[in-house]
Amino acid sequence: MADQDTIDLVKTIEVDKYKYGFETDIESDYAPKGLNEDIVRFISDKKGEPQWMLDWRLEAYRAWLHMEDPTWAKVSFPKIDYQDLYYYAAPKSMAAPKSLDEIDPKLLETYAKLGIPLKEQEILAGIRKQGEKSMLDEDGNEVTTGRVAIDAVFDSVSVVTTFKDELKKAGVIFCSISEALREHPELVRQYLGSVVPQGDNFYAGLNSAVFSDGSFVYVPPGVRCPMELSTYFRMNAKNTGQFERTLIIADKGSYVSYLEGCTAPTREESQLHAAVVELIAHEDAEIKYSTVQNWYPGDAEGKGGVYNFVTKRGDCRGARSKISWTQVETGSAITWKYPSVILRGESSRGEFYSIAISNGRQQVDSGTKMIHLGKNSSSRIISKGIAAGRSDNTYRGLVSAHRKATNARNFTQCDSLLIGDQCGAHTVPYIESKTSTAQFEHEATTSKISDDQMFYCMSRGLSQEEAVALIVNGFVRDVLQQLPMEFMAETQKLIGISLEGSVG
Amino acid sequence: MLKIENLHVKLEDEPREILKGLSLNVKAGEVHAIMGPNGSGKSTLSYVLSGRDGYEVTEGAVAFKGEDLLAMDPNTRAAKGVFLAFQYPIEIPGVATMQFLKVALNSQRKARGEKELSIPDFMRFVKERAAKLNISQEMLKRPVNVGFSGGEKKRAEILQMAVLEPSLCILDETDSGLDIDALKVVADGVNALRSPDRAMIVITHYQRLLDYIVPDFVHVLSAGKIVKSGGKELAHELEANGYAEFVEKVA
Repeated sequence: MADQDTIDLVKTIEVDKYKYGFETDIESDYAPKGLNEDIVRFISDKKGEPQWMLDWRLEAYRAWLHMEDPTWAKVSFPKIDYQDLYYYAAPKSMAAPKSLDEIDPKLLETYAKLGIPLKEQEILAGIRKQGEKSMLDEDGNEVTTGRVAIDAVFDSVSVVTTFKDELKKAGVIFCSISEALREHPELVRQYLGSVVPQGDNFYAGLNSAVFSDGSFVYVPPGVRCPMELSTYFRMNAKNTGQFERTLIIADKGSYVSYLEGCTAPTREESQLHAAVVELIAHEDAEIKYSTVQNWYPGDAEGKGGVYNFVTKRGDCRGARSKISWTQVETGSAITWKYPSVILRGESSRGEFYSIAISNGRQQVDSGTKMIHLGKNSSSRIISKGIAAGRSDNTYRGLVSAHRKATNARNFTQCDSLLIGDQCGAHTVPYIESKTSTAQFEHEATTSKISDDQMFYCMSRGLSQEEAVALIVNGFVRDVLQQLPMEFMAETQKLIGISLEGSVG
Repeated sequence: MLKIENLHVKLEDEPREILKGLSLNVKAGEVHAIMGPNGSGKSTLSYVLSGRDGYEVTEGAVAFKGEDLLAMDPNTRAAKGVFLAFQYPIEIPGVATMQFLKVALNSQRKARGEKELSIPDFMRFVKERAAKLNISQEMLKRPVNVGFSGGEKKRAEILQMAVLEPSLCILDETDSGLDIDALKVVADGVNALRSPDRAMIVITHYQRLLDYIVPDFVHVLSAGKIVKSGGKELAHELEANGYAEFVEKVA
């Protein structure tokens, strides 16, 4: 039943159900269209950056000119004309907001519509409003949510960062990267590009030249960040690329958990998103980085949608440091993304937990790289790919051990779930070991939702869509549990929504 | 409550008829046992009533509380009060039993235009019913039917029934794979749900279950038809004489 109906319904698919597709009518300041050194200077000037930053950008731009976009991923799209894009857009009213009161109410409305209340008074009790129901966790236990500090980025500009004062008391710096360049230039200069250098790859090079904003986090030695940090990215302006740069540094013995969320309006033209995220974990520090990505995926015919070409890399620089990536990828027309960990420190640990859902005509090529350099370093990869509609879903991963990485260990598990018979799931693992003491394990499975499971759920009262959402949520449970509690329920709902098209 | 008239059913992709003119009338408060040899169409009847795909009704009608049951989706039937306790309950990896119960109950309540239960109320409600079936908290946290023993699976089915409070319970070979102690627990669970406004259809191969769940009526199903109906004593006759008499009669 599931199969036949699903297939039929997939034929009449409606991925246009994207619920965040509205556009905010707000006047924007654009840089002139196209890309050249003057544009790079324009952006740097708009942000009032120091000379060294401009030089760094120009260096990146010059390197980028000689680079080519990667073609090895299992995705296809028309060649991008990089001269036909805007590289900077900022809401006009947003020139220099000092407090929430100065923010254009339209922006606040936009975020409210997205379910992101920015006003601190509203989120004092957590991102959930007071009086709202509590929820059940995966095991059926009742849970209450904690508090979350949010940095919101609208097109190219960081709109507001909440809970700043409280974080300051703990010594944690959480602000937009533009602000960090003004207030803490020495930290930015020390770490920027130290994990993803300007010439790393085509998209990272482009980002380094024109990045507009993003978040900056520094957690001082021994500090456990008192709340979840979160950045919310929203692309609004037309024909505009969004290039955020996020830099997170966890100093010795510190801990931070960070979450990013993303949406964009529904547009016929494709939008480019090329972000770079760099994480640095010093000795005994831990960074947990979670992403819930729900960019507009394009319509049923594959028109429009976000091209998500992102470079994310963490550096476990110190001994016993730990970096954990958790990603839930439900949106974007094309995803090209491999959050990686360089396991430099002795006994350092890297983790990658991923849920990638593709529906309609979406193309996902995502995975991770675990690069073992330090002794006794260990890593774990759990990837759950769900393909529906006519989408293609590829896991591409590299696990490598340097010859000095004695006793390196990795465990990889890649599971794919197919819904219907017109989608594809692919697993491309690369494993390289230069030391005989490394132990690498790889497990992979591919399955379909069975008719029996569908009937069982429906005979208990679940609709077809609810049944698919429940079964898929069960399939991805191991990864869901890695998300901060505050976001688990929302994510479960999002998984249901992104599969809505697959069953009608 | 349930009126089955001259029901003819075949598999969608096979010409052979499985049910050949079955009629049955079940009123609220009654417990009907349907007994029969293997291959007589017992499980087909339970699947057709609950709406499983793959079967084609070629003739006849089924009315449930006066409505055309066969026109409804399985989830609509569930919301209207039909429940099937599976002979072989299905595993749903990664979905905690408690979570499953909550989603199922809320879907049904939503379909009926009722409010969702608050979480503390729901938890209390489930825990109370689970305790009666010797179902531990730990078991409620485990994924639905995954790694459950035969007895645990059947108890979990009865728990779902107790939580969803259907008006028509269909028990498909609930006794299969149970030892006598487990059978007693399950039967007690079922008996606790007997009520004047609830009907039950107990499908079984053996009379043993009917010592514990005592039916008001017993029907013998053979070759797709009810060939004999009687009171609970009919089950004992069958136990003594076997199905041979009925199989021959039809042949």
